[in-house]
Amino acid sequence: MRLEARTAVSRIAPLISGLGAILFTLAVSGALVLWAKADVVSAYVAIYEGALGSRFAITETLTRATPLMLTGLAAAIAFRARLYNIGAEGQLYMGAIAAVAASVAMTNEAGELALPTSMAFALMILAGALAGAALLIVPTLLKTRFKVDEVVTTLLLNFIALLFVSMLLDGALKDPAAMGWPQSPTLPSELEFSKLIERARVHTGLFMAVALAIVLSFVIRYTRFGLAMRAVGANDRAAAFAGIGVNATLVKVALISGALAGLAGVGEVAGRTGYVTLDMSPGYGYSGIVIAMLAGLSPIGVIFAAIFVGGTIVGADAMSRSVNVPTYIADVIVATALIAVLVAGLLTKYRVRWK
Amino acid sequence: MNEFLSLLIDHEFWVAVLRIATPLIFGTLGVLLCERAGVLNLGIEGIMVAGAFIGWLTVYSGAGLWFGVLAAALAGAVFGALHALLVVRLPLSQHVAGLGITLFATSISYFAYRVIFPKVDSPPKIQAFDDMSWLPIPILSEQTPLTLVAMSLVPALWYLLYRTPLGLALRAVGESPQAVEAQGINVVRLRTGAVIAGSALMGVAGSFLTLAAFNSFFFNMVNGRGWICVALIVFASWRPGKALIGALLFAFFDAAQLRLQQSSGGVLPYQLYLMLPYVLSIVALVLVARKAAYPQALMQPYVKGTR
Repeated sequence: MRLEARTAVSRIAPLISGLGAILFTLAVSGALVLWAKADVVSAYVAIYEGALGSRFAITETLTRATPLMLTGLAAAIAFRARLYNIGAEGQLYMGAIAAVAASVAMTNEAGELALPTSMAFALMILAGALAGAALLIVPTLLKTRFKVDEVVTTLLLNFIALLFVSMLLDGALKDPAAMGWPQSPTLPSELEFSKLIERARVHTGLFMAVALAIVLSFVIRYTRFGLAMRAVGANDRAAAFAGIGVNATLVKVALISGALAGLAGVGEVAGRTGYVTLDMSPGYGYSGIVIAMLAGLSPIGVIFAAIFVGGTIVGADAMSRSVNVPTYIADVIVATALIAVLVAGLLTKYRVRWK
Repeated sequence: MNEFLSLLIDHEFWVAVLRIATPLIFGTLGVLLCERAGVLNLGIEGIMVAGAFIGWLTVYSGAGLWFGVLAAALAGAVFGALHALLVVRLPLSQHVAGLGITLFATSISYFAYRVIFPKVDSPPKIQAFDDMSWLPIPILSEQTPLTLVAMSLVPALWYLLYRTPLGLALRAVGESPQAVEAQGINVVRLRTGAVIAGSALMGVAGSFLTLAAFNSFFFNMVNGRGWICVALIVFASWRPGKALIGALLFAFFDAAQLRLQQSSGGVLPYQLYLMLPYVLSIVALVLVARKAAYPQALMQPYVKGTR
């Protein structure tokens, strides 16, 4: 078997390959549903109903998609420049804990904000973004200065960041009211993101994520920085030859990527939980990479990929309650979809010759 | 400081070091095989989960312990074959495919565990490997046979890489696949074989956790050990002997932090001790980075007829 680059790609090829990827994913997860001795059709209906079937379901899916959009954007922009940031999980936790730390620093002993609300709000968001960026700047400088591979260092920093947050939850940022359970103090209600709809959890963080996706899409396409970033990602030597500061570009990309992941943490704490716990993210940072790849590293695509992944998780949760298929099927579906989309995308560019 | 010195003569401490090191030796050698052939395999974390689960499940279903190890190796090989299909046959990004394999292998293992054991309060147990008390070597006699296998794999792999034609071809294919192809060797087949063999070792690394270190399977039991192996191989400059030293060194610090944490009795937050091995891994990477001799063709897909 060998591959041959296609000279002309049909216009409907992406459509067919996309359809093929969907069918393949449905077939694999369908087989697993059968194995769990459940009815495939009713399982899929239950996933759909749970994810998009009602107003409440849609708000839950969007709530879930909000942090995923931000970590997806974090991965998309970094991977565009071939900065392999696999540390969004740690950056998310740093963002969340920094937001709480900022709020604690800004409240006086009576528990009231010492600053005007709008200023405190901006500072809280800034603190979270900076904390996420700070965690990614370390491996990026190690890469640009000492040629240390960032894949391994960002992965390892996830564990260090989580332990650091755990340490704070036992110490400086321990909620005195929480009984033994490691939990941070709750944000004052003035600093919480407002809810978009009554009796639903979806919050203004969703607007922030969508707006950032649109801004990033513009930056990548139409600015000098965007061009530099794409050039570094395509070929860093050629970019350097063309006079682009490769290291400076990577540092800027790292600041943006880390800040986006940090904002995902801010959104979770200020929009959903109100406080930080050690299980607030079920791997949103890692899912962000999958989402970025599903979206073909396009910021606008990230919005839809995040809704797909968020919907799958929410839908699978609902299904496992009604049809009795383990909820881990959500991750299987997402992983299968990722592999199928990657292969399908490749097959639109190459022809397989069997001989 | 005194406490630290007393550790060095503590028998139990060294037993723990070797036990912690064993899965890391298997895993790092697995990474070595893949990367020497030019393929990054970030699937290791998930392959270890699958190996831990399949190995344990095989033994739980009534097969012998060695059959469990074999099943774990096979499971690893299957995921390795998938990874090789994606990044060797098809030129997909090795980072992304590897992370995809990790997500897939982890989630399908957890899914299968929940399908087979829908409602268990405490994880079902098996009779794990016994220590090799018949062995007249101290410390090693308090390890399971898998540790012996791991240690003997080091010279075996060294011999394969540096003393056989296959090993030469394997090292060359990670440096310059074009040159290997020019010698009439099939690059795709060679790399696929290396990834499958390396992934089988990763599967065995996982099975050590359920068949020797513990006697049951539980969620999050691999807990980043796979990533540690990916870091260790850089530190080991892709050499089997240094991989052993790296794994032992990491295990040394991991065992030391556990001990110091207990003996210092809460002077410092325990999380600082837990961070120590990860921080030291990063420091080690920085120290070796300048002269790290990455396989030249690592992460570069090979499409025949192109340069």
